[in-house]
Amino acid sequence: MNFIKAIVAAGMVAASTSAFAADITGAGATFPYPVYSKWADTYKKDTGNGLNYQSIGSGAGIKQIIAKTVTFGATDAPLKPEQLEKEGLVQWPMVMGAIVPVVNLEGVKPGEMVLDGETLANIYIGKITKWDDPAIKKLNPKVSLPSDAITVVRRSDGSGTTFNFTDYLSKVSADWKTKVGSGTAVEWPVGVGAKGNEGVAGNVGQTKNSIGYVEYAYAKQNKLTYTGLVNSAGKTVQPTIAAFQAAAANADWAKAPGYYLILTNQPGEASWPITAATFILMHKEPVDKAASSEAVKFFKWAFEKGGKAAEELDYIPMPEPVVKLIEKTWAADIKS
Amino acid sequence: MADMAVDTTGLQAAAGPYDRAKALSAFKLGDKTFYWTTRACAISVLLILGGIIISLIVGAWPAIREFGFSFLTTSRWAPANDPPILGALGPIYGTLVTSLIAMMIAIPVGLGIAIFLTELCPTWLRRPIGLAIELLAGIPSIIYGMWGFFVLGPFLAYHFQPAMIALFEGVPVLGDIFAGPPSYLSLFNASLILAIMVLPFITAISVDVFKTVPPVLKEAAYGVGCTTWEVVRSVVIPYTRVGVIGGVMLALGRALGETMAVTFIIGNSFRITGSIFSPGTTISAAIASEFAESDGLHQSGLILLGLLLFILTFLVLAAARLLLLRLELKAGK
Repeated sequence: MNFIKAIVAAGMVAASTSAFAADITGAGATFPYPVYSKWADTYKKDTGNGLNYQSIGSGAGIKQIIAKTVTFGATDAPLKPEQLEKEGLVQWPMVMGAIVPVVNLEGVKPGEMVLDGETLANIYIGKITKWDDPAIKKLNPKVSLPSDAITVVRRSDGSGTTFNFTDYLSKVSADWKTKVGSGTAVEWPVGVGAKGNEGVAGNVGQTKNSIGYVEYAYAKQNKLTYTGLVNSAGKTVQPTIAAFQAAAANADWAKAPGYYLILTNQPGEASWPITAATFILMHKEPVDKAASSEAVKFFKWAFEKGGKAAEELDYIPMPEPVVKLIEKTWAADIKS
Repeated sequence: MADMAVDTTGLQAAAGPYDRAKALSAFKLGDKTFYWTTRACAISVLLILGGIIISLIVGAWPAIREFGFSFLTTSRWAPANDPPILGALGPIYGTLVTSLIAMMIAIPVGLGIAIFLTELCPTWLRRPIGLAIELLAGIPSIIYGMWGFFVLGPFLAYHFQPAMIALFEGVPVLGDIFAGPPSYLSLFNASLILAIMVLPFITAISVDVFKTVPPVLKEAAYGVGCTTWEVVRSVVIPYTRVGVIGGVMLALGRALGETMAVTFIIGNSFRITGSIFSPGTTISAAIASEFAESDGLHQSGLILLGLLLFILTFLVLAAARLLLLRLELKAGK
């Protein structure tokens, strides 16, 4: 009996190690971690193949894929085409999300307030310091605004969220562009820094008269007071999946070499102005071709069957035509 | 019986000298092995430390070459600039200020607890207080950070800070130090968390060294009519000075390097302002916040910050050694 048990146990160990060997490894951005891990979980149940994704940050993800220690890297800030060329990498957008301003003002409900890009930039630059500033009043004639000082909350850690938020401010405010610029970590003129999306959400939730920016999912889950924004077409939009998708649909991926496209301030009357894609990086000539084609299989599966799971977690799946484009890129560029 | 006795003496006589030499050499070998094992352990500390210093210098080299001495005198921190402009003055200032305030709070309170526990406390209260201090030391720093963020921060912002700001308004110097607006995340709030975190270090070590004071010394002092205050001031503290300072230094070392709790509650702002109620940052908080997403010169600058913290801690510990040495000389030991 014991002998049989031992054989069965040994067989199970062997089976699990062989399953382990087929695992795909990836590392990078923290923003898509919840959806990647959910996909990986379902994919394992469906196909038996696992995926090991470490959310260590976009910068570290880029480093790891260049060093060829992982099958794929993930980043919120896309690499420029010339950099992709230099490192022999292929890049494509995997899933999208949106960034929303959130405020904590007594008596103000989600969606009641509206801000535009310039006002937002001036708040974060320190030019607008009180809630009853004429610029904010003009946008919100019906909202009663206190004459208290604005507590500005931003990220203290380097992040793709900050990259996209500051990129948007750079596009809508010349002042912001020259004084601060865009990046994963910038020289913030004012405000307190909180760690992670959850830190900013927690801070704004706690602090009266504060403003912050978070991924949409965090605003929704923490029931924070998000604001509407005036988009590039001059229309006021609310943060809804439809508005995020409108921005994504208006993005011209086909004309962006290496899919280098930052989704902020996209044209279109219905577009939410601060949407962001998160990207996957892989080598054109991978060291481990089996793992590489296994990874592509996973991404294909995620595009085809992962849309619902992504939406449940408040991410926006890539539109159909973009997926078609990406599949062509895989066939043309990745050798397996 | 006799046979056996003869037998054993015969055996002993035959094997005796040989066994003795063998046993001795075995002892010698054991001793030598022991000596070298412990020595290797001790030397490994130096090797590890050296390795850390070298890798810090290598990692920091691009930033040292780029910024040079201006790294210490610039307070701008603009990693997104092209090229980046990085200056460590903000984090250095924050590290020193938070540690200083933390020690100003923790030393008197810690010593107070220790004196009460050893000299004045009724026996039944000793265990609960002692246990509470041990628990305080055992709480992970992230818990302190979260507590500071959700409980202490709001309390200070709504109750303590407005009172202090109102109290010192218009007073020169103090009015600038306690300037508004009140904030959840500030240098002062971080200092207070640090003070609570280092309290057990000071208390536990002080209690231990206070217990080493020979009872006869204290009894003699009481015998000539000293009050408890006089016994503590003139007998207990002088007798245990070196040990107490050791505890304080250990606490200071912890305060200088504490990362997680501080990151939560300090506000992570690189600007230097006179007010302790404004947000700031420390060296370790800055590294913890930005390292994951950094690269190139930015990362090198963060490693250089790490090297600075290393040097800063070394200087503080060296100063403590010097102080102890002088105290020992003065005491004539």
